[in-house]
Amino acid sequence: MSHLKGRKIILHDMCLRDGMHAKREQISVEQMVKVATALDDAGMPYIQVTHGAGLGGNSLQHGFALASNEAYIEAVASRMKQAIVSVLLLPGLGTMKELKSAYSAGARSVHVATHCTEADTSPQHIAYARELGMDTTGFLMMSHLSDATSLAQEAKKMESYGANTVYITDSAGFMLPEDVTQRVTALRDVLKPETEIGFHGHHNMGLGISNSIAAVAAGASRIDGSVAGLGAGAGNTPLEVFIAVCERMGIETGVDLFKTMDIADEIIFPMMDHIVRVDKDSLTLGYAGVYSTFLLHAKRAAERFGVPARDILVELGRKKMIGGQEDMIQDTAMTMAKQRGLLKESF
Amino acid sequence: MKKIRCALIGSGNIGTDLIYKIQRSEVLEPVWMVGIDPESEGLARAAAMGLKTTADGIDGLLPHVLEDGIQIAFDATSAYVHAENSRKLNELGVMMIDLTPAAIGPLCVPPVNLKQHAEKVEMNVNMISCAGQATIPIVSAVSQVQGVEYAEIIASLSSKSIGPGTRANLDEFTYTTSNAIEVVGGAKKGKALAIINPAEPPMIMRNTIYCLTEGEPDEEKITASVMAMIKEVQKYVPGYKLVNGPSFEGNKVAVFMEVEGLGDYLPKYAGNLDIMTAAATRTAEMFAEEILAGKIELNPVEVA
Repeated sequence: MSHLKGRKIILHDMCLRDGMHAKREQISVEQMVKVATALDDAGMPYIQVTHGAGLGGNSLQHGFALASNEAYIEAVASRMKQAIVSVLLLPGLGTMKELKSAYSAGARSVHVATHCTEADTSPQHIAYARELGMDTTGFLMMSHLSDATSLAQEAKKMESYGANTVYITDSAGFMLPEDVTQRVTALRDVLKPETEIGFHGHHNMGLGISNSIAAVAAGASRIDGSVAGLGAGAGNTPLEVFIAVCERMGIETGVDLFKTMDIADEIIFPMMDHIVRVDKDSLTLGYAGVYSTFLLHAKRAAERFGVPARDILVELGRKKMIGGQEDMIQDTAMTMAKQRGLLKESF
Repeated sequence: MKKIRCALIGSGNIGTDLIYKIQRSEVLEPVWMVGIDPESEGLARAAAMGLKTTADGIDGLLPHVLEDGIQIAFDATSAYVHAENSRKLNELGVMMIDLTPAAIGPLCVPPVNLKQHAEKVEMNVNMISCAGQATIPIVSAVSQVQGVEYAEIIASLSSKSIGPGTRANLDEFTYTTSNAIEVVGGAKKGKALAIINPAEPPMIMRNTIYCLTEGEPDEEKITASVMAMIKEVQKYVPGYKLVNGPSFEGNKVAVFMEVEGLGDYLPKYAGNLDIMTAAATRTAEMFAEEILAGKIELNPVEVA
């Protein structure tokens, strides 16, 4: 047992939201219900359910899901015994209208996500979520691009708008455990004691588990992950593994380990279109600090324009493209293809 | 040559940039700058550039409208005060160009529908949003060739170019622009996405326009129409450039644009702000040309 024995944390499963990226948004309502009821039965306290890009995500930019967000949320929320259904909202993509209809469909928790330096685009949405009485998280994406002190200032803004939790979000799976420790510590120093801190990892460098443990050790009490790691890039922190590690360390999650393992092997793994793992492309994301969701888009552009996905991803990293700029993947691939003589100017 | 005398309301970035553009115009003259903060840099700069200034808001301007012959006003304040500003100036026969998201008047994208508005002598026209100005011409270029079932635009803006007002009210930006893609762009359904990117050095404004056409897209005609439209926009925004496309995949047309500003008051990367001030100036010029030619006359709007 470790020095973290007895620490209580809250897990938040992302299979049915971040996992939508890995499934190109093609998870059916029936599959969602099957996964969510199994997670609910295992004691998972929070389950996120939306299009991969969240509310308002159905678009040419981010792909069209098999059903509307409301249809997914309603189908899942109506069957939960204890789990709370959450949603993702990126201001600039999702709006308060969509938050309201998600709430009506049964969502009671929301991650309001901005790029790590742009917290001040979220006051309307955070305040409105609180007004609705939702468990409200400010979600600072691509946190590796901000130093600890600046990140803490952005977190403070989200707290001031009404967020009861602020997440450090390692969207690129770039952070090392010491990066996580520094950032959680900086947030803990400036936020009110009652404001919780969360960590959302990606496994692109194989560090999802150790980064999440580092976060807990530094004072985080909420951890995002997904059973079997179903998520963008090399996936999220695999929760069944994380729960096992927590049990060995005496960290209390309240989630049943064996049931979670069974869900991973029997339900989630068979759903995967490709094995979500660290491979040369997802590792490139982590290594170069590129938004995990770009992976499948880059692979598609690579196929269409003949430029290797890894080259496209590295170039996107160099151009400092952030989450939401998926259109720049085709644009970048076309520009690179022209430079390499693979594509003619169209005029 | 006679010029139409203008007032600028709002002494922030947009208002200040407008001074430069209007001063260059052959048919417009900036006469008044209205602010609310006597210490503001914008008012000081306006005074230094020879404009009359007031820090008492719109009411500080009203007593001077008639004696100074103000006929066109630009409102770069906020959606919350625009309606009141517009009413007060319309009553005095001043036509209003609205750069706020208030959108109480008809929506205007110069190369698409400006002529129509000038002919109808609209007393208030709205400039939608920067993303609207940058993308709707392309949507319109496609919809002029064949029906557009759905159009979606993604505007990437540099963090430094987005002021506190837009940040705190991002939903208004989304709603206003989505609506204009339909009403002005001619798409059956429109959707607007905004991304704020903090990269240093700041990235130049980028816009991607996706259109889903009714039936297979006529590649040749659409490409020609898009290229012609880009030339039209370049008349008032020289830095409006095609980067990639039009690219066709099934019935999806994708066009990737970049907007570099003129670098008057605002830096060149802030093409988003520049395209607003340039479009507003172009709009005012069209009205001014008609007034000067005696084709239209602005009259006081009676209070209902």
